[in-house]
Amino acid sequence: MIRFEQVSVRYADTDAPVLHDVNLVVPEGELCLVLGRTGSGKSTLLRCVNGLVPHFTGGTLTGRVTVAGRDTRTHPPRELADVVGVVPQDPLAGFVTDTVEDELAYGMESLGVAPAVMRRRVEETLDLLGLAELRTRPLLSLSAGQQQRVAIGAVLTTHPQVLVLDEPTSALDPPAAEEVLAALTRLVHDLGLTVLVAEHRLERVVQYADRVIHVPGRGLPVEIGAPADILRAAAVAPPVVELGRWAGWSPLPLSVREARRHAEPLRARLAQLSVPGRPPTTARTDKSGEVQGLVVEYGDLLALRGIDLEVRRGEVAAVMGRNGAGKSTLLRALVGLQRPSSGTVRVRGRDPRELAAGELVCTVGYVPQEPSDLLWSETVEEECTHADEDTGASPGTAAGLLAVLAPDISPAAHPRDLSEGQRLALALAVVLAGDPPLLLLDEPTRGLDYGAKRRLTRTLRELASAGTAVLLATHDVELVAELADRVVVLADGELVTDGPTIEVVCASPAFAPQVAKVMAPLQWLTVDSIAKALAG
Amino acid sequence: MTRLPRPLHPAAWWLWALGLGAAATRTTNPLLLALVMAVAGYVVVARRSDAPWAQSYGVFLKLALVVLVLRLLLAVLFSDPFGTHVLVELPQLPLPDWMAGVRIGGDITAEALAFAGYDGLRLAALLVCVGAANSLASPARLLKALPTALYEVGVVITVAASFAPQAVTSLGRIREARRLRGRRSRGLRAVRGLALPVLEGALERSVDLAAAMDSRGFGRRGAASTAQRRLSAVLVLTGLLAAIGSLYGLLTSGTPRALGLPLLVTGCLVAAAGMVVGSRGSARTRYRPDPWRWPEWVVAASGVAAALAVSLGDATGRFPSTAPLVAPPLPLWPTVGILIALLPAIAAPPPRWKPSHAAAETPLEAVAA
Repeated sequence: MIRFEQVSVRYADTDAPVLHDVNLVVPEGELCLVLGRTGSGKSTLLRCVNGLVPHFTGGTLTGRVTVAGRDTRTHPPRELADVVGVVPQDPLAGFVTDTVEDELAYGMESLGVAPAVMRRRVEETLDLLGLAELRTRPLLSLSAGQQQRVAIGAVLTTHPQVLVLDEPTSALDPPAAEEVLAALTRLVHDLGLTVLVAEHRLERVVQYADRVIHVPGRGLPVEIGAPADILRAAAVAPPVVELGRWAGWSPLPLSVREARRHAEPLRARLAQLSVPGRPPTTARTDKSGEVQGLVVEYGDLLALRGIDLEVRRGEVAAVMGRNGAGKSTLLRALVGLQRPSSGTVRVRGRDPRELAAGELVCTVGYVPQEPSDLLWSETVEEECTHADEDTGASPGTAAGLLAVLAPDISPAAHPRDLSEGQRLALALAVVLAGDPPLLLLDEPTRGLDYGAKRRLTRTLRELASAGTAVLLATHDVELVAELADRVVVLADGELVTDGPTIEVVCASPAFAPQVAKVMAPLQWLTVDSIAKALAG
Repeated sequence: MTRLPRPLHPAAWWLWALGLGAAATRTTNPLLLALVMAVAGYVVVARRSDAPWAQSYGVFLKLALVVLVLRLLLAVLFSDPFGTHVLVELPQLPLPDWMAGVRIGGDITAEALAFAGYDGLRLAALLVCVGAANSLASPARLLKALPTALYEVGVVITVAASFAPQAVTSLGRIREARRLRGRRSRGLRAVRGLALPVLEGALERSVDLAAAMDSRGFGRRGAASTAQRRLSAVLVLTGLLAAIGSLYGLLTSGTPRALGLPLLVTGCLVAAAGMVVGSRGSARTRYRPDPWRWPEWVVAASGVAAALAVSLGDATGRFPSTAPLVAPPLPLWPTVGILIALLPAIAAPPPRWKPSHAAAETPLEAVAA
């Protein structure tokens, strides 16, 4: 169905090609997972499939890409629209109309599908993706998960033979991601759709994949093969595979179910050890940030209804909850961007809204969901100097922080050209230049590979042990397992649970990391902790 | 027979509103103008849905009020006093000779104030009518109803129109970011620091939009040849330009009717021919097009009726004298005409019920809500 023959892609102002001599064939009806580090060329590979590379992005493509027998050289994206449906990374950037129904119909209108057929397909798609309730809603008012489902539905209505998705679940909470993936597998099984999907959160997808394409980047050859074969050596792997690698299980388990069947002896050994758990953080009681009775309204809807929460020095707390539960609103209120309708917000005993801009950076640091919102300079170097000036830090502070967070960034690079992980590192360096005692991160691991995530985890733990309070809003249960001391669960603007990580995540399957699921009923969260316990 | 709730064809709403607006431009009689505003307001309250654009009516009302107040202020401060009924004596600012003809301060007469008030009221009424159209049918929906031949022009307009709200949203985000990074948003350097990222963001969004539209099949080769498409575009554009030009001439008076009316008709015919040529080869279809049934006819006709009735009324009723100041009369036919424009409040089907909005989280969503 999809055929790459000796494909190389090179962009104008770079010396190394992004993709080099790629040969692969994806047969019809296969769900194929594309994995690789950030910036390794996954997105370029995906965008080759419908001709966006090179018709839209520029650059030179040598070799041949054919989809359903059509050469992308002679067929621009619009002439492939009836065969290939592409869901971009950011669903909002791909929306063409204003409301759900119009968006679903847009592709069909362009292809000239008969009105009666359009009507029927829109209804079917609304049901297939559970969007019927939202049909007349403006797209901007939907939550991230809903937007993602609309974006998928919008390409499905044209009945393409190939579906290409770039990180379809990275913005979604675990249940919403399950929903989207369930819909995808149903499409593969019922309609014989060929699906090509890139995803960083392998733990969510890998068990559904028929085959895996590994894009290692740095000019290394692209591999394609069975998931278990590729993952044995791939640079990125989900926790369950890491556990399998560490324990030497063969065949390599890809799902929790498979791993549990191997894990029987391991569980028996671990049962004799004492419960692990992180060494309890020193019982520091001084509060870095605190909200009391916080209520936030947007127009006539309540985003937060009376939240009481405090974050103490030296602790890492994670806020979880489904899309639209009020996580971001809570963080925005703590940094003073969101005016509370009632209740108080105190950061170091002061209202963040009353702080002057210069004071604010030194009191609370906030990295928004889209880190590039914080960046506006032309080069990385300039960005760092600005940060030093604005925070009053000694020159070189931000650059020094950046060198630790992401050592391989060129100071002359434009922030927009950085990979997702590098951009986050830069934003973090800029914010940390003010040495704020409270650090807020909104969904920091979106688009990060496992390596970048590990570096982030290490940095944040170091900050916490130096006394910074860290509060992060996230959907990433694996990150929470590795990093957080404490988990707060919000639902519909109310605080549902607040407790130590191990208790909260082990108590509910939706929030449990893979290792915890494999080891249940024992309470182990990470491969590292198991390895350490058995070694020591 | 009970009528099912459905949205009225957007073109009908715009014709009605523009008709009412045209009526407002043809009179300075405050009674008639107040009647126009009341009629527009009543219909909006009776027939608007709870879509986001429907909330824009309040903004237009405020804008109308600002225009009226501004016009009065200008009259008080600058205009030449005429008439004899001095209300207030303000000190006059002495100006050098070369500024002869300009006056600041001085007496304020009832006549000048009335004149300015009538004039301001006319502008305000026009704004209220446009606002009514906007909140009853969004411009985006109007574009959707454009004939296929005009579709690409419509897309250009949509993309351009999305620029302003996009820019406002990203401006908000960037200002927040500046506060988060401890940078003060003042001075010339700040303006540069704001403008560059806003433009960059808007441009990027346009490129994304273009890529998305292309991937979804926009601009596919239909059965039409290039020559056919160009012919249709030329016909439509010249026809529409001629029609708009002649309409302007008709409304502003001064051009002879004999010239304006035939030009209007020819223009419309040429444009229609272009649309027929253009639609023939196009592969595009339309999802759930709004039907044009009798309520649409009634709504559109009531607007046109109001415009005609006011235009054909006699001058003394339409333009009450301000010097000497007389109480404005209420001429029969223009009044009846404007009251006809109330019909849509009953004739248009009720708007479709929409579910209330669920929880929003991001500031963008809050803006949208």
